[in-house]
Amino acid sequence: MSTPLVEAVETIEAPDIPDRPRRGWRSPSFVVGAALLLAILALALVSLVWSPYGLDHTDPTARLAGPSGQHWAGTDRLGRDQFTQLMLGARTAVWIGLASVAVAFAIGVPLGLLAAAAGRFVENAVVGVIDIVIAFPTLLLAMLLVTVYGASTGVAISAIGIGVSAEVARLTRISASRVFTEDYVLAARTCGTGPLMILARHVLPNIWHTLLVQATLAFGIAVIAEASLSYLGLGTPPPAPSWGRMLQEAQSTVSVAPWNVLLPGLAVAVTVVGVNLLGDGLREILDPQLRQQRQAADR
Amino acid sequence: MRDPILSGYQLTRWFPGRTHPALDGVDVTVRPGTSLGIVGESGAGKSTLLRQLLGVDRPTSGEIRFAGQPLNRVRHREFRRQVQVVFQDPRSSLNPRMPVASIVAEPLRSLRIGTDRATRAERVAEVLTAVGLRPEDGRRYPHEFSGGQRQRIAIARALAPAPRILLADEPVSALDVSVRLQIIDLLRDLVDQLGLTLVLVSHDLAIVSQLCQEVLVMRHGRVVEHGPTTDVLTNPADEYTRALLAAIPQLPLDLLEEP
Amino acid sequence: MTVLETTGLTITLDGQPLVRDVSFGLAARDRVGLIGESGSGKSLTALALLGLLPPGMRTSGRILIDGQDHLGAPDRQWRRVRGRTVSIVFQEPLTALDPLMPVGRQIAGPLRLHQGLNRSDAERRAIEWCDRVHLPDPARLVRALPHELSGGQRQRVALAMALACRPRVLIADEPTTALDVTVQAQILTLLDELIEETGVGLLFISHDLPVVAGLARHLLVMRNGRLVESGLVDDVLRRPRSDYARQLVASAARVTRLARPNVRGEDR
Repeated sequence: MSTPLVEAVETIEAPDIPDRPRRGWRSPSFVVGAALLLAILALALVSLVWSPYGLDHTDPTARLAGPSGQHWAGTDRLGRDQFTQLMLGARTAVWIGLASVAVAFAIGVPLGLLAAAAGRFVENAVVGVIDIVIAFPTLLLAMLLVTVYGASTGVAISAIGIGVSAEVARLTRISASRVFTEDYVLAARTCGTGPLMILARHVLPNIWHTLLVQATLAFGIAVIAEASLSYLGLGTPPPAPSWGRMLQEAQSTVSVAPWNVLLPGLAVAVTVVGVNLLGDGLREILDPQLRQQRQAADR
Repeated sequence: MRDPILSGYQLTRWFPGRTHPALDGVDVTVRPGTSLGIVGESGAGKSTLLRQLLGVDRPTSGEIRFAGQPLNRVRHREFRRQVQVVFQDPRSSLNPRMPVASIVAEPLRSLRIGTDRATRAERVAEVLTAVGLRPEDGRRYPHEFSGGQRQRIAIARALAPAPRILLADEPVSALDVSVRLQIIDLLRDLVDQLGLTLVLVSHDLAIVSQLCQEVLVMRHGRVVEHGPTTDVLTNPADEYTRALLAAIPQLPLDLLEEP
Repeated sequence: MTVLETTGLTITLDGQPLVRDVSFGLAARDRVGLIGESGSGKSLTALALLGLLPPGMRTSGRILIDGQDHLGAPDRQWRRVRGRTVSIVFQEPLTALDPLMPVGRQIAGPLRLHQGLNRSDAERRAIEWCDRVHLPDPARLVRALPHELSGGQRQRVALAMALACRPRVLIADEPTTALDVTVQAQILTLLDELIEETGVGLLFISHDLPVVAGLARHLLVMRNGRLVESGLVDDVLRRPRSDYARQLVASAARVTRLARPNVRGEDR
């Protein structure tokens, strides 16, 4: 009984809700999420100019050493500095994450828009394809591609990008379809505005905030997928460092050097939690209605 | 009598999965400089008819003609320029993320009227003034305006390309009662001043009587009565029209006889 | 005797007052119309009178139901009066009815809860009520789901539900706004008949003055969260004291004249 009541109040009494974010940057999820991600990003960026040791540096005298002044995060069984690996791994994670999201959006957004704008026949066809790709696990798709093309960064990016693009296409189609039912789209048609201009001027500006939230979440999914692929030995080939492979390599020595598992695991977790908080915060900031509800619920 | 500028012959429209047609053999004629009200309750087919006249939906059978030509033989841009529309709810008909000036300029831009930005901006200022807003309001966004003002913006957009025919789909029913009469007055003044041809769809006979010389009463996709508004209101021939008239909530009559 | 009385009711959200200092009382057989535009606070007032305000809104003042202050009362206390002493019907019955439950059981629900009737007695009473609100073929109709009924029929069901437990006050919040005019006229006639029969006190909320004027004897006018006028319908229509009420009466009079060209004094 409570939902219709709240709806009734909103439709009858709600004062006009501004469409643009006002004081949303105070959202705690956004701030914490952004801080966590910035930390990862900083690791990746600093690694471009400086890291404690070189990538190939091994210290045979200090294998499986614990954290110390010399090796902040200890070393692995070959004597490689784990903090260096972690920094360079962050670079891989961020790069593959961003590139996969770019691929996913380059495929998903146009496909979703096409489905929403075209007639029922095309829409059904696209929805069918999207559903199949969504049902097909990204990891399985990646393994398939790797067996055909061999493991490489490019294959990992394409595989993750294609896998994620289905979800992007689905969301784009749903949000765009909602916009298409608005009278301002019909009004634009009666103004003689062509379909491409309708997409550019009316549809995209009203769905980009949803897509932006989706992009942050997709980044998190991509980072996990990359770590999983590397863990299975199907991701970025050595010597390029990766959190997934660090995990895999540390597995055999986990009883002697547990910190070697902890650190890359923590890095993946921080990234994913950060991305989700950021996405949540963005949604709160960009969706004024949700923001109001939360504020009301807080009191 | 002048030749019709917009007309529909035997319009029938079936929607998939329905057992009855939304329009069932409707004839409609709009002569230049006249005003026609289309009245009916929900499901009568009045909005479907308007969408046919607007050329955004095609009849299953029958034909729409503009200035004597079948619609598919009329140049699209010319038709759009001459036939403009105001929708029911300005909260939905104005893109919330566009400033008012861009909203009003949209038909100019899309129909390539006005050679450059400056001419278009001039025209936007002109129509905003005509509907009782200020040219400076163009910089603001729809949500900064009240419902009545937003409907003025929608009217300004429709007027921008200087159309000959204005279609209006329940243009005041989403507005507060006190604002309705203002918008009706505005529409009537504009129609008079600009010599517009008006086609108004409404469920409210009172509004139609205010704005239209002729009225078409629809029920279940058919026309049940058609004639000059005064005749239909004072002397309805059809039983349904009589029921419709009787159902309008009214203030006690003795009150109205006072000056 | 006054069943429902509110004094100094104020509702705020984010420190912003949405309803300010509203006071009025309602006894059985009273017919009070509350008129105002969207955003005037009239629907919030109605929700407050049933303890149904959305979370986040703060209230002050008093809401007396049978002499007992219910403002800020726990939900348990509100549930004892809702439906039993004070009932409400909303604008859109489709959202107020459970889409998956046959309408007969929805009418029977409150009867079983408040009057402790067993299932078969409650269902029998539900059929009686469907008959009283003039639904066709009640015995069969009670098994229908809300979406199988027309808008007018759904509002009849909502009325039956609201009145089944013999409340002493009925709040009707824009109950005919979503309906076609001919259906609206039927529902108004039915409402008139039901309140006459049951003696329930009516608070009729609407934006439409002619609708309210046809049903109410006393009129309250709200604007920007305040009561700006209160008086007998006839007095308010003839001698509105506030500017706003004057404006409302003038525009309603004009609309009435337009719909009746034969009594129209002036020509346009």
